[in-house]
Amino acid sequence: MHSKLLNTTAAVLFATALPALADCPIKVGVLHSLSGTMAISETTLKDTMEMLVEQQNEAGGLLGCELEAVVVDPASDWPLFAEKARELLTVHEVDVIFGNWTSVSRKSVLPVIEELNGLLFYPVQYEGEESSKNVFYTGAAPNQQAIPATDYFLEELGVEKFALLGTDYVYPRTTNNILESYLKQKGIAEEDIFVNYTPFGHSDWSKIVADVVALGADGKKVGVISTINGDANVGFYKELAAAGISADDIPVVAFSVGEEELAGLDTTNLVGHLAAWNYFQSAESEANEAWVAAWKARMGEDRVTNDPMEAHYIGFNMWVNAATEAGSTDVDAVRAAMYGQEFPNLTGGTAVMLPNHHLAKPVLIGEIQEDGQFDIISQTEEVPGDAWTDYLPESAVLVSDWKELGCGMYNTETKSCVQIKSNY
Amino acid sequence: MTLSICRALLALLLFVAPGLLQAQSSDAPVQKLLQAHAEVIQKSSRKTIGPAIDALAQSGLPEAQTVLEQWQAKDMWFNRDTGLFVFASKADGGLRVFDISDGAEIGVVDKKNYKQLKPNSGIRGLIASALVQFQLNDPDPLNRSAALTAIERDAEPSHLSALRGAIAGEQDPDLRARKNRLERLLTIRFDDDAAARLAAIDSFAGDLGVDVRATLNPLVTSEIKVSDTVPDGAVTIKAGSDELTQKQAYDLLVENGLAPALVDDGTIKETLISNIDGDRVAGVQVASLDEDAARQAAYQLLADQGLAAPLVTQDDIAEAVQQYKFYRVYTSAPLPVALAAQAVLDNIETQVALNQTADLVLDALSLASIYFLAAIGLAITFGVMGVINMAHGEFIMMGAYTGYVVQLFIPDLTLSIIVAIPCAFLVTFGAGVLLERLVIRWLYHRPLETLLATFGVSIALQQLAKNIFGTQARPLTAPAWLDGSMVLNDIVSISYIRIAIFVLALLFLALFLIVMNRTRLGLEVRAVTQNPRMASSMGINPDRINMLTFGFGSGIAGIAGVAIGLYAKVTSEMGSDYIVQSFMTVVVGGVGNIWGTLLGATMVGTLQKGIEWFNPSNTLAAQTYMILFIILFIQFRPRGIIALKGRAAEA
Amino acid sequence: MVDMTSTASPMRKPFVLRYPSVAIFLIILALFTATITVLGEGFGIGLISTSFVKTLGKTLCLCLAALAMDLVWGYTGILSLGHMAFFGIGGYAIGMWLMYARTEIIVIESLASSALPPTAQEISDGIATQIFGVVGASEFPPIWAVAHSLPLQLAAVVLVPGLLALVFGWLAFRSRVTGVYLSILTQAMTLALSLYLFQNDSGLRGNNGLSGLQNLPGLDSVPQSTVSILFFWASALALGLGYLVCAWMVSGKFGSVIRAIRDDESRVRFLGYSVEAYKLFIFTFTAVICGIAGALYYPQAGIINPAEIAPIASIYLAVWVAIGGRGRLYGAVIGAAFVSLLSTWFTGGQAPDISLGFYTIQWVDWWTILLGLSFVAVTLFAPRGIGGLIDKFAERRAPDRHGADLGPDLGSLREKEADE
Repeated sequence: MHSKLLNTTAAVLFATALPALADCPIKVGVLHSLSGTMAISETTLKDTMEMLVEQQNEAGGLLGCELEAVVVDPASDWPLFAEKARELLTVHEVDVIFGNWTSVSRKSVLPVIEELNGLLFYPVQYEGEESSKNVFYTGAAPNQQAIPATDYFLEELGVEKFALLGTDYVYPRTTNNILESYLKQKGIAEEDIFVNYTPFGHSDWSKIVADVVALGADGKKVGVISTINGDANVGFYKELAAAGISADDIPVVAFSVGEEELAGLDTTNLVGHLAAWNYFQSAESEANEAWVAAWKARMGEDRVTNDPMEAHYIGFNMWVNAATEAGSTDVDAVRAAMYGQEFPNLTGGTAVMLPNHHLAKPVLIGEIQEDGQFDIISQTEEVPGDAWTDYLPESAVLVSDWKELGCGMYNTETKSCVQIKSNY
Repeated sequence: MTLSICRALLALLLFVAPGLLQAQSSDAPVQKLLQAHAEVIQKSSRKTIGPAIDALAQSGLPEAQTVLEQWQAKDMWFNRDTGLFVFASKADGGLRVFDISDGAEIGVVDKKNYKQLKPNSGIRGLIASALVQFQLNDPDPLNRSAALTAIERDAEPSHLSALRGAIAGEQDPDLRARKNRLERLLTIRFDDDAAARLAAIDSFAGDLGVDVRATLNPLVTSEIKVSDTVPDGAVTIKAGSDELTQKQAYDLLVENGLAPALVDDGTIKETLISNIDGDRVAGVQVASLDEDAARQAAYQLLADQGLAAPLVTQDDIAEAVQQYKFYRVYTSAPLPVALAAQAVLDNIETQVALNQTADLVLDALSLASIYFLAAIGLAITFGVMGVINMAHGEFIMMGAYTGYVVQLFIPDLTLSIIVAIPCAFLVTFGAGVLLERLVIRWLYHRPLETLLATFGVSIALQQLAKNIFGTQARPLTAPAWLDGSMVLNDIVSISYIRIAIFVLALLFLALFLIVMNRTRLGLEVRAVTQNPRMASSMGINPDRINMLTFGFGSGIAGIAGVAIGLYAKVTSEMGSDYIVQSFMTVVVGGVGNIWGTLLGATMVGTLQKGIEWFNPSNTLAAQTYMILFIILFIQFRPRGIIALKGRAAEA
Repeated sequence: MVDMTSTASPMRKPFVLRYPSVAIFLIILALFTATITVLGEGFGIGLISTSFVKTLGKTLCLCLAALAMDLVWGYTGILSLGHMAFFGIGGYAIGMWLMYARTEIIVIESLASSALPPTAQEISDGIATQIFGVVGASEFPPIWAVAHSLPLQLAAVVLVPGLLALVFGWLAFRSRVTGVYLSILTQAMTLALSLYLFQNDSGLRGNNGLSGLQNLPGLDSVPQSTVSILFFWASALALGLGYLVCAWMVSGKFGSVIRAIRDDESRVRFLGYSVEAYKLFIFTFTAVICGIAGALYYPQAGIINPAEIAPIASIYLAVWVAIGGRGRLYGAVIGAAFVSLLSTWFTGGQAPDISLGFYTIQWVDWWTILLGLSFVAVTLFAPRGIGGLIDKFAERRAPDRHGADLGPDLGSLREKEADE
C-alpha cells in the first residue's frame, strides 16, 4: 500500500520534472452512441466533448500538446461498447475516455477498462452500487438525486403515498429498491408504495395513470417518483395532462427528464411538475451563462444544455487539471491527482472528487415551466456521492475508498476488500 | 387573474407618478411583520413557514391578501442588502420593483441585488389555504373557486365554519353545489357532533368520488392489539386466519413483550462468533460449522449453558398465541362513525369494482382502436393484396412527421390538423405508389422476398428520418378541444384524443367497406386479387389497380400516423413499435377480411388490458403473454378468426 | 427432382473430394485461422489487435449461424425470422455458468476471512447478491438451478434451443403454417422471448443481461490476447465442422428431399414423404447449430442482453444469407462475413466522409440507408447474391460439370412454373 503510494508520488515527481515525456497529440476517446436508440441522448454529449476539447486547445492545450478527440460510434449496441472501448485503448491508445450513457453499456465496458487499466469518465446519473478503480462517476449517485427528491416530497410537499413508476431496467429497479427501503425507514407503510414497471418506449399509459389517481382514495397525498426513461415520457406526460392532473394534486418528480427531453413536448400542461438534477440550464451563474452561450453559438439557438453535459464539463476540466498537476496523462498518475480535485460547478459552488470516485455536488429541484425550462426552487449544499447506498442492508456495510483503502468494495464488518475488480 | 388586476392597478399607479424613484418604506406594518419572519420566509421551507403565513393571514392588515397572492405567484422578491421585501416584475433586463405596502413603484433596479422568493408547491398550498378566508366570499367567482380548490386539497378545521358561512350567499349554482358537497365532507372530518357526521356519511352512499373515499378511509383505520381480554367496542380476531397469520400474531406478542423473540440464523451466527474460544464454540470445532444444522446444534449447546437465549420452536409459538386474545380497534373515529363509514365504503367498493371494469373495457376498446388504426392499412396491402410490407410502420411514421412539419408552418393547431390529415395521406400515398412501382411489382410471386426488400426499405426510411429530423422525439400537439378527458365519474374517464382515435377507426372501417364494396375501384381490386388474368381480360389494368390499392393502404397508414403521433410520440422508431403487433392483428383476425382485422384488434387489445389487470405491476409481462397467446391461437386457427373459404383462401 | 445425379453417382470417392467447394472452403478457413494466429497478439507477431481478433472470431460465429439459416431457408424454404433467438439462448446458457463460476471464486475468497466457515447457503446467497445486486435482487431464481455446473450448462446450450425449436416447430408445422405466416410467427416468437427477458422478473438480469463474459473463471492470469485466439480457434473449428455436416446433409438423398420441399411442398407430400418430420428436423437441427454459435459468440462479445434477440437481429441474419446467396453454403458464409465486417468498418467511423460541397455524407449516418437499399437491390437484381458471382465464374471454368452440387435457389421458380 505505502510503497505503491510512494511509487506513485515518485512517478508524479519524475513526470513533473520532465513534462515533455507526454507524446503529442494527447488523445481523448469519446465513446457515445451516434446511432441507434441512445443516439437521442448521447450525440449531445459527443458534441459537448468536441466543444470542450476545442476550447481546451484554444486555451493552449494540455502539457504542451494539442488534444485530439477520437470519436467512435458504439451504435447503442452494448457488446459493441466493449469492442470499441478495447479499440480506443489498444488501437488508438487514448489517454482517457469520456463516454457511455446507459448502465448496461457501462457494465459492458467495465471489464475491458479494468483489464487494460484505462480511465473512463461516466457522466450520467446512475443507480450506484459500483465503484471501479478505472471509472470516475461524474453523474449523480442515488443519494445525490433520488434521496433528496424523496425528502423534498416528504417534507415540502407532504406526500404520504408514493407511486414509483419506472422503465423496466436496472437504473429504475435499483433506485426504486433503494427508495422503497428508504421510505419504509421513514415510516411509510409498504401498502402506501405502488411500484410499476413499463417497457422502453411504452405508450399506452391510461391505465397506469388511472391507477395512480385511484391511490388517492384513502385520503393520503399521492406523489409520483418517475424513473421513466426517454421517449416513454412523452406519452406519460400527455396522458397525465389529459387526465387533468395538476402538479398541486399529484406532483411528479422525474429523474430522467431534462431540458432535452422536454424539447419533444408541449409543456403547457406540465407546469409545476418536478425534476431533480445536479444542474439546470436556468441556473444563475456567470460560468453557466458563458457555457450556455458557447453551446448555443456552436449548436444553434434552439439547443439546450442539460445535466450530463455539466458532468462532462466538470469531469473534463478535472481531468485536465489532474493531468497538469501530475505532469503526465498516465492513468495511475492522473488517478492519484484526481482525489480532492476541485472545480467550480456551473450552478455555483464547487464540485470535489472523492476517494470513492464520485463527486460532491449540490442537488437541485426544478419545476417545469411553460418554456420547457426549469425553475429552480430548491438547491442543497454539496452532497457527497455515495457509491454504496446506506439504505439496502447488503450495501450498507460496503464502502469505497481508493485513496486510503485501495478498494472499491470494502466490507466494514469483516474489514476486508470483497473484490478489487467490479461486478459486471 | 388577481395578478393581472394587480398588475393593471400597479401600472395605473405607475402612470400617475412616473419616474419618481420613491424611497422604500421599511416601517410599514406589513413590511415589519414580514421582517419579523424574514428568516423563515427566505428559507422557504414548508416545515418552518407556517408561523409566517399564519401571522400574515391573521394580522388583519388590508395588504395581507395582496401580499399572500403575490407571494404565491412568485412575484415577491427581497433585497439582498437590506432584506426588505418588494413586489417585482422583470422589465427589460432589470427588475421593476414596487413597494409591498402600497404598491407604489420604486423603479427599475439591477436584478443582481434582489432575490426571488420561490415558494414550492407545498408552501403555495399553505398560502392558498390561508387565503381561503379572504377568497371564500370574494366577488370574483374564480377566486371563490380557487378557495374551494384549496380546501379540497388541504382542509383545516377552521374551514368548516368559514364554508358554512359562505354557502347562503352563493349565487353561482355550480359553486354552490361544490360548497355544499365540501361542507358535507368537512362535516365528516371535523364536526364534533356525531349525529351530523353520521348523517353526512350516509348522504354519500354510492358516491364514486375519490374525495369521498379519501374522507371515509381515514375513519376506518384500525389496529390489531393483543391482551388477555377483549375490551368493549373492539372486534375479536382469530389468530391463524388470513387477517392475522400465526406468524404475525407471534410477532405482535414479541412486539408487546409477551413472548421471547424468535432466534434467526443471523442471530445464531452472531452469537456463535461472539462465543468463539480458540478454535471451538461450546466445545464444537469452528471449522465444522459450515452447515445450518451444525450451527443450530452448537447454538443449542450454548443455550443449554445459559450463554444464549433459548430457541423458540413451532410448539412454543402455537402455545404462546393460544394464551392471548387478539382484537381490532378503530383508532381515528368513534366506533359508530367508523362502522357507518365502513358500511358506506363497502357499498362504494362494489360500485367501484363495477366501474373499474367499465373503465378497463373502455381502455381495451381504445387500445383496440389504436391497433386497428395501425393495422387497417396493412389489412389492405397484406390482407387484400397479399403483399408483406415491412415498411408499413415507416409509413405510419412518415404520416406523423408530416403532421409535425405541417405544424411548423401552420401555428393554429386545429387548422394544422385539418391540413395535416390530407397531407399525410398524399405523402404516404405517393411513397406507397413509388414503392409499389419500383420494388413490389417485381416481386408479386415471391412473397418472402417482398418481405426482405420492404424490410430494407424500412430500415433505410428509419435512418433517413433520423438524418432529417434528428433522433429527438418531435412534438405533435393536439388542438385544445382534444385536450382533457371525458369524465363520467372519478373512475371512468377517457381522454378525448382516444375518443377521436376511436371515431377515426370507425370512419376508416366505413371508408374501407364503402370503397371495397360500393365503388368501381373496389370491384376491380377484388377482381384483380381473385384472378388477375381473368380481370385483365375483362379490361381491367391489374398494374394500375395494384398500384392504387397499395397507395390507398399506405395513405391510410399515413393518416393513422397523425393520430398515433397525437396520442403518443413522434420518433423515427415509432413505426417499429407497431409493425409486429399490426401483422399479428391482421393474421389473428384472418387475412383478407376487414371484419377479421377488427375482431383481431379487439382481441389483441382486450387481451393485453386483461393481462395487465391481473398483473398490474408489470406491463412488459402483459405483452409477452399476449404474444404467446397469439402464437398458440394461430396454432389452432391458422387462418385467423374469420377464415376465408374456397378459392379465395388459396390466393 | 433437381439433383438426382449427384446422389446416384456410382463413384464413391471421399465426400470432401466429391464436393470441391467443401474442400476449398475448409482449406481457406484453415489458412485464414493460421494467418490470424500468426498475426495476432496472443501467439504471433501482434500485427492484428486483440479487438480485431475478437471481431473476426465473432464473425466466424455469425457465419455459423448464417449457415444454419441457409439450411433452413435457402435449402428448405422456411424463412425463419427467429433463429437469432436460439443463438441468444445459447449465449445465455453459457453466460450463466461463466457468471456463476467467476462470482463463486470471488465470493469464496471474500468469505474465507469470516469467523465461521460459510455454509453452502451463505455462499449461494453471496453469489446471488453479487450477480443480482445490480438489478436489485439477491436471490437465485429457479432458472439458475444448474448454473454451477459447466457440463449441465453446456448441455443446455444444445438442449434448450433444440427443445424450444422442437415444440415451436411441431406446433407450427403440424397446423401447416407456412410461408409468410410462419415468418411472422417466428418473428413473434423471438419478440416474445426478448420482451420476456427484458423483464427483471425473468431472472436473467433483465435489460442488463449477463456481462463480463470474456473473463473466464479461474483464468484471470491468462491475457485476453490469448483468450481471444483460443476462442477464435474454437469458432473456426465449429464453423468448419458445421460446414462439413451441413454440406454432407444437403448432398445426399436427404438434401434432395428438403430442396424438393422448398420447391413444392405438396408434391413431396403426395410422394409419401413426411414433410413435417423433415421440416421439424431441419428447424430443430439449425436451432441447435445457432445455439452452439451463440455459446461461442457471447464469451467473445463479453455481454449478452435481450436486445440481442430482438426481431431485427434475425432479420439481419436472413439478409446476410440473401446477400451472400441462398441455397449455397459458402454463400451464407460469405454474406455474413462480408456484411458484418463492412458494418463494423462503416459504423466504426473509419470510413472517410464524402464531401459533396453542400453536404457531407457521414457514413455513420448513411451506412444504414445504404445497407437497406442494398437489400432491395439484391432481392431485385441479384437474387443469387454474391454467391451467384462465384457460380458464374465456376461455371465458366468447368462448363461440363453435371448438376450443381449445392443447387442454386431460383427464387422465382414458382413464377416460372406458373408461366409454363
